[in-house]
Amino acid sequence: MMDSRISSRPTPSDFKKSEFKSNLSTRYALDRAFEIAAWAATGIAVAILAWLLLTILIDGLSTLNWNFVTSYPSRKPERAGVVAALVGTAWLMTLVAAFTFPVGVGAAIYLEEFSSDNWFTRLVEINIGNLAGVPSIIYGLLGLAVFVRVFEPITGGRSVLSGSLTLSLLILPVIIVATREALRAVPNSLRLAGYALGATRWQVVWSHVLPQAMPGILTGVILALSRAIGETAPLIAVGAAVFISFTPEGLQSQFTAMPIQIYNWVSRPQEEFHHIAASGIIVLMSMLLFMNAIAIYLRNRFQKEG
Amino acid sequence: MTADAPFDIASGEWRPKRGRAKLVQLIVKIICGAFAGISIVTTIGIVLTLIFEAIAFLQEVPLSQFLTDTKWTPLFASKQFGIFVLVSATIMISVISILVALPLGLLSAICLSEYATPKVRRILKPILEILAGVPTVVYGYFALLTVTPFLKTFLPGLQGFNALSAGLVLGVMITPMVASLSEDALYSVPRSLKDGAYALGATKRETVTSVILPAALSGIVSSLILAVSRAIGETMIVTLAAGANPTLGFNPFVPVMTMTAYIVQVTAGDAPHGTIAYKTIFAVGMTLFLLTLALNVFSFWFVRRFREKYD
Repeated sequence: MMDSRISSRPTPSDFKKSEFKSNLSTRYALDRAFEIAAWAATGIAVAILAWLLLTILIDGLSTLNWNFVTSYPSRKPERAGVVAALVGTAWLMTLVAAFTFPVGVGAAIYLEEFSSDNWFTRLVEINIGNLAGVPSIIYGLLGLAVFVRVFEPITGGRSVLSGSLTLSLLILPVIIVATREALRAVPNSLRLAGYALGATRWQVVWSHVLPQAMPGILTGVILALSRAIGETAPLIAVGAAVFISFTPEGLQSQFTAMPIQIYNWVSRPQEEFHHIAASGIIVLMSMLLFMNAIAIYLRNRFQKEG
Repeated sequence: MTADAPFDIASGEWRPKRGRAKLVQLIVKIICGAFAGISIVTTIGIVLTLIFEAIAFLQEVPLSQFLTDTKWTPLFASKQFGIFVLVSATIMISVISILVALPLGLLSAICLSEYATPKVRRILKPILEILAGVPTVVYGYFALLTVTPFLKTFLPGLQGFNALSAGLVLGVMITPMVASLSEDALYSVPRSLKDGAYALGATKRETVTSVILPAALSGIVSSLILAVSRAIGETMIVTLAAGANPTLGFNPFVPVMTMTAYIVQVTAGDAPHGTIAYKTIFAVGMTLFLLTLALNVFSFWFVRRFREKYD
């Protein structure tokens, strides 16, 4: 309405015919409605989160006890537990951290500190952007075809090693991006001072830039791991088993993980299994919360220093 | 003795011995470069894997059959391979999810960037981040065991597995993504534009809808496209809540099967290498990959083409 009046130039006759009506009461009423809608949308998002958390707490708290945490899965829901999945997830996270931390940080150092703007750097950057948009199940297919089939003699097929390599590829772009941001936040004067003293680029990076950027890097790595911990689809694709009554003994051992165990219990028809699924979700979300708390702590410390 | 000194004592000339430091740097640089190259290797690995197995699939099933069959029954005795059965379910659920995420996400973004005070913002943003960080299997639980029974009280015809609640919960899952990317776009609209609108007598709503939103349009649209691409690739919510019943059509009240759900169904059982079931998941994966890639490229192009620059 307003737009058309602005875009067409008023002729003198327009001014004679109509006088300007600001119509303020209607416009303010619309304004109020719009503001209410904006707040309502935000409120709905928050309410749904509360609904979700409450449902899970109500469903799961009654069956959550020490027995549940220390028992192996069972066909009887009252005796089933998550210890195999917990240990499996711990294995996965340790291995993923061990793979992605050096590789992700190394790649970020190369892109941020060593490389000039050449074709290789640009190709890597476009690649990282694209990889972030690839659905996680596709990584699962890659893991199935490459780690489980081609490298079977090394990985042992459907093993905890195959699973963690797949998850590592999945979160590597996240870690590279976070590390680059942390490196970029280190003031350039620090580097210049190092060069002025005759240090090589690597010496400056190793002794000054990296220590300064480390809290930021760790925050990024932990947040990336907290994404990996909840990933279900790629693990199903590489063949995490759903019914395992032992904890992994080595890299080539079969495994299960928290989200897989939860998925298995949710997809069963009996209601008792749904309750222990909710208990499993509480355990998983507590781990997530713990990791995020560490990340926030590190971020705050980092911001105070910087 | 003199070989260890950093300068030649006789002539007094300074001779920095940086040979080893430079060698170390070269080695580190090569290693780090190789690590950066892993991302390229990953992409090549994904593309080659999908192409390799999809070709093996197409040698057994002609492309025309893949594109025109009206049933998806590769695991039955009478095999049919109509990919559009799975694609239609994926599209329907994505459309439902974007119908939820567009109003919720965009209005939340407007609320956060225009209406909320900095203090409220500091509380609301982490809450939205939590919503984004909830594992998808948890959303699956929520959709199947909470939302579906809840919706059944209004819609008695709703089945236990259905596209509707999967789509609704998927929409909630991608809302934070739409909200935070759109908010970035709204936030980068320069103050002078808003001030100009206010000076002309526009109210706050008029400023938002006719000045700020058009100025931030490219960022908002690209956030929506990325969210759709995310919805298409989402797996656990649809596997748990939408069922495993490949049906062609757009009825949101009955069980359907998406592309991702099919991949999970086959890989969760044991699909031996070389069987037709093993090959189909890569053909489906290829379709999924191309679909999301096209959306991501489109979003990238859209931002570059339509971004308003105000520097």
